[in-house]
Amino acid sequence: MCEGALVIDRRDGDAPEGPGRGETAATEAHRAIEAIWRIESARLIARLARVVGDIGTAEELAQDALVAALEQWPAAGVPERPGAWLMGTAKHRAIDLIRRRQALERRHEELGRDVERAQEGLDLDTAIDEEVGDDLLGLIFAACHPVLSKDARVALTLRVLGGLTTEEIARGFLVPVSTIAQRIVRAKRTLAEAHVRFEVPGGPERVARLASVLEVIYLIFNEGYSATAGEDWVRPALCEEALRLGRILAELAPTEPEVHGLVALMEIHASRLRARVGPSGEPVLLLEQDRSNWDRLLIRRGLAALERAERLGGAMGPYALQAAIAACHARAATAAETDWPRIAALYDAVAQLAPSPVVELNRAVAVGMAFGPAAGLDLVDALIPDPSLQAYHLLPAVRGDLLRKLGRSEEARAEFERAASLTQNARERELLQRRAAECAADGIVG
Amino acid sequence: MRKLYQEETEMRVLILAKEGEQSAAAKPPAADAMAAYQKFNEELIKAGVVIGAGRLSPSAQGKRVRFDGKKRTVIDGPFAESKELVAGYWLWQVRSIDEALEWLKRAPYDGGIFEIREISMSEGV
Repeated sequence: MCEGALVIDRRDGDAPEGPGRGETAATEAHRAIEAIWRIESARLIARLARVVGDIGTAEELAQDALVAALEQWPAAGVPERPGAWLMGTAKHRAIDLIRRRQALERRHEELGRDVERAQEGLDLDTAIDEEVGDDLLGLIFAACHPVLSKDARVALTLRVLGGLTTEEIARGFLVPVSTIAQRIVRAKRTLAEAHVRFEVPGGPERVARLASVLEVIYLIFNEGYSATAGEDWVRPALCEEALRLGRILAELAPTEPEVHGLVALMEIHASRLRARVGPSGEPVLLLEQDRSNWDRLLIRRGLAALERAERLGGAMGPYALQAAIAACHARAATAAETDWPRIAALYDAVAQLAPSPVVELNRAVAVGMAFGPAAGLDLVDALIPDPSLQAYHLLPAVRGDLLRKLGRSEEARAEFERAASLTQNARERELLQRRAAECAADGIVG
Repeated sequence: MRKLYQEETEMRVLILAKEGEQSAAAKPPAADAMAAYQKFNEELIKAGVVIGAGRLSPSAQGKRVRFDGKKRTVIDGPFAESKELVAGYWLWQVRSIDEALEWLKRAPYDGGIFEIREISMSEGV
């Protein structure tokens, strides 16, 4: 079984789009297989993992089935029920594998339990055929298990739930393919060694485990929304992937208010993706965005998800609170109509619930808008000694903004330059340098 | 029109349900057909594919406006070309047209034409 990256024949962007007339049946079959894999892989892996016990084996079995499809479908045609075909193929291999394991075990054990074993073989057959609604949820919880590092959780989630190839994940996070491949291999090993079970946790454990799932999805979203490194300001493919995972989770765990809170937050933020990028790829900040470019459909979906979270009594969860803040912006027809006092109050609530210097910084921005730049600056200045913000570019960026509003252009310029030197994102650096230059111009005029 | 982003992103597609005679009358489908549809729709939602959907009222309640230079002519329904009439729509978020195609092929319909059209996400739309 191959552990490496799965490569499905992916045509590059220059090729004519759509199934053209000149396309061979084989190419057409490959396109279909790629799409079917995308639809089926997570469910396939989830169901297999429940039966064989670990993600690594489950994924290999699913990939074996995929390889079989790639070998057979181009000639034989795509079967009428491709999902069932893949499942059937994977099932046979799973049963073979387990029989081999059992035979091996038997050699080490005394005889006498054969009857029981045979019974187990039968159970396995029906176990795979059984559709258990929580399979997928179990897989999400396992891939996001706290025993794994954040990076590992993210990579594994994108791989087994998003159906992304190792190459696609590496491209999304701008790291070498080998790094992602290693991360995934190690993650699978860690899960197997820790005997992580495929089940949906209940009780107090569920809260912590769910928090880990939400964190992973939000990390993926944020990496796409404000790329921490690289040439592009946003990488929407990651946002879309995270949003899809969130929407799936909302259907699998519909009574969890924070799931809807996170979905609301992502939908509303994603509604601004188009407006966040200027004509030459430069970042456009929230208050300067052309709001007619905001995606009304996503805003509507986001507000509906927020309402759902609130109805479930989750109005005060950290994600729902942040979604409520995003909703304040979404509801304002123009930047000037923004309800800043409400946003400041919501940040107060976030700060009480999950205090962090970054939240404090955001609160300072809202207070500055609601009650004047001097009030905002007081809050920012209190954050300067915080060790965790020493290399955080948005601290000097926010400070620069407030100073400039107070007419202290020279200090503002120094702050913007410092912010520019701290960011890892090329587009953001250009923006900050431009703001520094504007401050310098203030100085000349003033 | 240029693409907004260099990288490959997902797409939105509109699925237009042209259900023949039903489009003109938009009469409710039989109970078992409805149940099969609901099961399929639920599967789509659970896969995070559906981002919008709707069923249209009978074309008898519809109106058309024909533009001809400065002139506007209002035409009342029902409309004649029943085969081309849209009875409902879905808005899907998918990675490719092929993915939309694979999903659509699984729909539990035994008649009608369903059209997949990509929504252009280029700037200025």
